[in-house]
Amino acid sequence: MQPSIPTSPQIAPTLREYPAGGLAFPHRDLTGIGQLARHEILYLLDEAEQWVELNRQSQKRAGLLSGLTIINAFFENSTRTLLSFEIAGKRLGADVVNMHAATSSVKKGETLIDTAMTLNAMRADAIVIRHASSGAVRLIAGKVDCPVLNAGDGQHEHPTQALLDALTIRHALNLSRGSDLNGLNVTICGDILHSRVARSNILALTALGANVRVCAPPALMPAEIEAMGVQVFHDFDAALKGANIIMMLRLQQERMQGQFIPSPREYRHLYGLTLERLARAEPDALVMHPGPMNRGIEIDSQVADHPTRSLITHQVERGVAIRMACLDVLTRRARALPGWDALTGGAA
Amino acid sequence: MIPRPITITGGRLVLAEGAPVAAAIRLVGGRIAALGPIVPEPGDTVVDARGQLIAPGLVDLGVFAVDKPAFHFGGITRAALMPDQGPPLDHPARVRFAALSGKPDMWIHPLAAATRGLNGVELAELALMRDAGARAVATGRRWIDDSGVMARLLSYCAMLGLVVVTHAEDAGMAGQAVATAGEMATRLGLPSAPAEAEALAVGRDIALAEMTGAHVHFRQVTTARALDLVRAAKRRGLRVTAGVTPAHFMLSDLELANFRTFSRMSPPLRQDADRRAVVDAIADGTIDVIASGHDPRGPEDKRLPFADAEPGMAGAETLLPLTLTLVRDGRIDLARAFDLVAGAPARLLGVEAGVLRVGAEADIALIDPERPWVVSSDKMAASAGNTPFDRRPVEGRVTALFKGGTRID
Repeated sequence: MQPSIPTSPQIAPTLREYPAGGLAFPHRDLTGIGQLARHEILYLLDEAEQWVELNRQSQKRAGLLSGLTIINAFFENSTRTLLSFEIAGKRLGADVVNMHAATSSVKKGETLIDTAMTLNAMRADAIVIRHASSGAVRLIAGKVDCPVLNAGDGQHEHPTQALLDALTIRHALNLSRGSDLNGLNVTICGDILHSRVARSNILALTALGANVRVCAPPALMPAEIEAMGVQVFHDFDAALKGANIIMMLRLQQERMQGQFIPSPREYRHLYGLTLERLARAEPDALVMHPGPMNRGIEIDSQVADHPTRSLITHQVERGVAIRMACLDVLTRRARALPGWDALTGGAA
Repeated sequence: MIPRPITITGGRLVLAEGAPVAAAIRLVGGRIAALGPIVPEPGDTVVDARGQLIAPGLVDLGVFAVDKPAFHFGGITRAALMPDQGPPLDHPARVRFAALSGKPDMWIHPLAAATRGLNGVELAELALMRDAGARAVATGRRWIDDSGVMARLLSYCAMLGLVVVTHAEDAGMAGQAVATAGEMATRLGLPSAPAEAEALAVGRDIALAEMTGAHVHFRQVTTARALDLVRAAKRRGLRVTAGVTPAHFMLSDLELANFRTFSRMSPPLRQDADRRAVVDAIADGTIDVIASGHDPRGPEDKRLPFADAEPGMAGAETLLPLTLTLVRDGRIDLARAFDLVAGAPARLLGVEAGVLRVGAEADIALIDPERPWVVSSDKMAASAGNTPFDRRPVEGRVTALFKGGTRID
């Protein structure tokens, strides 16, 4: 059974709990979940609800961002995130341009800052950036005049992924607008060390009140991650006990061989999510994966394709809605929406 | 032309021990001719120190660039140049050139590259470089990870009487790390290595120093565990010395917030407990030397994502005032402060300087130890403003500097 989506008109919006106008989201950029307060996360989730609805209609076009130019500057390969941002921008009516590092002057030695200045001079209205170095997006944000969205920077953050995951969970549990994830047990398993998805999710889920557990072999667990408010597990079965949500991360095989774990099949032996293992979690526990998956390694096909337990395609769907919400909210100041005045110094 | 003798009066002499003494000092023929309750002789140029400190010029053990304006601002009259130049100081001709590059008003003491191209594999021509003017040998920014190479290097340097300045970070543990493992690196998603990577390297090199009888100087020891190893080695009478830069006793890895590349150091900034251990080690004598590690880097090296930026800071100007904070905090006295930044480094390099003593080179700094000023990244004398101490108010400023008995303007 597919969980219903609580976005129908009979559910009244509870936006009154948010500060008025631009005060609801006093940031020019979205560089990370770490910059957001709890109510700002909820605001973006609530804003995304309308786009989930729109995206399910045959006519998917809204003209909100008509005339605006959005540049997707991807310095690192990506398929789904790039596509998701591109679709999001186009459905809002913006002109979307994609810049791939592989085909750009970055290959010719141009520095990141010079590339950023170039994009800025082309008067983009928003720039979406993915880069292999932690902090690169924030660096660019400091040099350009338009909103910057982080589509993943190194091992630091991937905020839209965490937002779409939270929205997916909320929908799967039939939680209404404004709801947080208080008391939910979420287990994140996999290469936590190299994962920006894990970091953003830890920040978002703990801010929303969930109990977050992280599970990985010691070599793939970052030092002192307990300080981020999570429980650390090395034993997957123990981490699954009582879990309501299980987020599997991709085994980044390109980094692995012989260095962090002995082999993929040994990894599967200890950390692969099989149907048998899934049974050790709560009876109705749900499974998520940010993709791309290594089927048969961190997740078995029977789990990934499970009709009621897997939320993986739901995540992709919510991804477009979340990105639409982020593009909408971040361009409101440029579009001079009433109540969305320019930010005065300090806020970022 | 032989300069006229100079007598500096009305100051307080910073001697090797004890509190500063109100006295005068006379500089003749580039050397200190007399000091104490003396009066200027007829024909002397007389300089009134007006109650300021009369201290030895600083001897900076380990800089990466010859940056005279910054050195003079900081009261540095001699600097040991790291071999990490382009090309590296692994050839006698380059050493000879480097040794002359600051004269006359700044002496550069080149440190010979331990291995050719600093590759950590083949020994460089150390004896030829010594005779060309190298005052010590250095492994450069990196550790020599092959223990066999290091053992041969140390035994050879023991024979030549050259101190080996080494960088202590276990290469396998450190890998591509740009931060110390801990909450900060985890939150920022930066490649990190455990602080123990330093202790592992220090432990090995102490063992090899003991085996070969060589004098090993760890240019920077920045963690509690590694400092314990150095402390124990000294207690056993080994020829092991240690240095540090102000960044590692002033700052912790919290400075990495917002990915500030001016705080990217090698070794990386540590957690605060280690920072405090460094201060304790300075106070108890485990650390012998405080150096600037002066490494001016422009935007092309620093205005990059954190892990892609080059490590290092422009430190020559802040070396003295930041060292004086330890005096103000009561952790060391003034005599010891100047031993850390002048006396001990001069002894390590085997030069007659770094101390106020009759017969020593007349490298003198007049210092107002209480003069307040604010470090400003965009107003540095250095060739680049990459300081993590930007906008920090400090006290202590050099007001006049003499190199070899001649005043530097």
